[in-house]
Amino acid sequence: MTPATDIAAAVAAGTTRAADIIAATLDRIDRLNPVLNAFTAVLGDRARARAEAIDRAVAAGDNPGPLAGVPFAVKNLIDIQGLSTLAGSKINRDHPPASADAPLVQRLEAAGAILVGALNMGEYAYDFTGENAHDGPSRNPHDTARMSGGSSGGSGSAVGGALVPLALGSDTNGSIRVPASFCGIFGLKPTYGRLTRAGSFPFVSSLDHLGPFARTVTDLAVAYDAMQGYDPADPVCVDRPAEPVAQLLDTGIGGLRVAIAGGYFQAGASEQALTALNTVAEALDVSETVTIPEAQRARSAAYVITTTEGAALHLERLRARPNDFDADVRDRLIAGSLVPAAAVTQAQKFRRWYQQEMLRLFERVDAVLAPATPCVAPLIGQKNFVLNGKEMPVRPNIGVYTQPISFIGLPVVVVPVPTDVGLPIGVQIIAPPWREDIALRLARALEADGVARSPAPNLEA
Amino acid sequence: MTDTEFDALIDAGTAALGIEMQPEWRDAVRMHLAISLGHAQTVLDEPLADDLDPAPVFRA
Repeated sequence: MTPATDIAAAVAAGTTRAADIIAATLDRIDRLNPVLNAFTAVLGDRARARAEAIDRAVAAGDNPGPLAGVPFAVKNLIDIQGLSTLAGSKINRDHPPASADAPLVQRLEAAGAILVGALNMGEYAYDFTGENAHDGPSRNPHDTARMSGGSSGGSGSAVGGALVPLALGSDTNGSIRVPASFCGIFGLKPTYGRLTRAGSFPFVSSLDHLGPFARTVTDLAVAYDAMQGYDPADPVCVDRPAEPVAQLLDTGIGGLRVAIAGGYFQAGASEQALTALNTVAEALDVSETVTIPEAQRARSAAYVITTTEGAALHLERLRARPNDFDADVRDRLIAGSLVPAAAVTQAQKFRRWYQQEMLRLFERVDAVLAPATPCVAPLIGQKNFVLNGKEMPVRPNIGVYTQPISFIGLPVVVVPVPTDVGLPIGVQIIAPPWREDIALRLARALEADGVARSPAPNLEA
Repeated sequence: MTDTEFDALIDAGTAALGIEMQPEWRDAVRMHLAISLGHAQTVLDEPLADDLDPAPVFRA
């Protein structure tokens, strides 16, 4: 698929019409979405009108923006004017249509991008599988019998399947990083508080992030740059200037101190996850291993905060409409409602301790490498897998390596790496707070070396 | 905790919260509660300083 930035350059130069890009995109979605089930709404009329406006702007000599004519889609917990914001649920279908696009959608469109639809997701984002009881599972573009990963499953499926070059998702415990790993694409979970979450349906306010998926690092960075900037409508969005990174991607990685996360972050990892990690480490000439202190406890604390905040968010719906939930989600939320409050308060306090320890670690290293998922994509419907030699339920445990990182909001880029089983797997590049640039520069170096890349989907053989 | 103790917590807790627990949900809720309380115990096992402040900041 043509990268987003190549599309934008061609549209801006007048050598390609945005209208033609959108027509081809809508045609591909029409043909392949019945296989992938990535989209829950396709906005053909809106996209065509927007494309014509961009083509007129180009003809008039106006600058159409760095993402001119680039089709994108958003996880259906992000507001789209005129649509109810489903957040993967049945219950939210009764909500009134959103009165405006979410700020991130507005910012991407201000940069010239064109929204083409809303994407499937795990119900209320409490999911790592990409399965959905109401809309059906989004499917892995490299093997449609397998999971896309969740909860931003449609985002992973749509970008991995090359239906769109760019998508947005959310990540509370790994919901960008897991689908990026399973679907073989690049994903960015920025620093907590970097990108506004206004106009998105929440899950766990303490941990929720929004971020982009793309098939190249440059596309990821250009989209991220277009979305930066303070927004008082999100109370956790931090008032700091935008720090654009796209121009820095090829400034080199000399002098960056990178280490591999050992211990917890390798225990239980499959051969494919460890091989990918080692491949990335070797390409970056990294041999030092560091221990992230108390990672298991960080994961447990993230789990406790997630299940209890999620339960509180949905308590009224659990009382009033329990049978309209996905049963897997409902039963986890009910359990979450019963966790003692002392554990929640202690988990929040532990974040402070853990952040202080991680900041100390980042005095010695500039980035840390870790697997994104313990294994390649499991089969859709698979309930258990083996982790650390123990049979474990899939749904709560796919995020074992992502949860301790989002727990304190660190920025992470997932890079996709091919494996010997024909499915991709992701490696996390974890950077200090507000240093997305470091993770993106390392990702770009890996892409330039050919180590990290988005494989072509296996859909039209 | 035994299954009986889990079930007592499920019954009392859902009653207090106004959730009408259904029999067919019980096995899954018990399984997830066991996982969640395991994580809660892991958190509570770590002694933390009294003055360790989670430090949410409220701006004007």
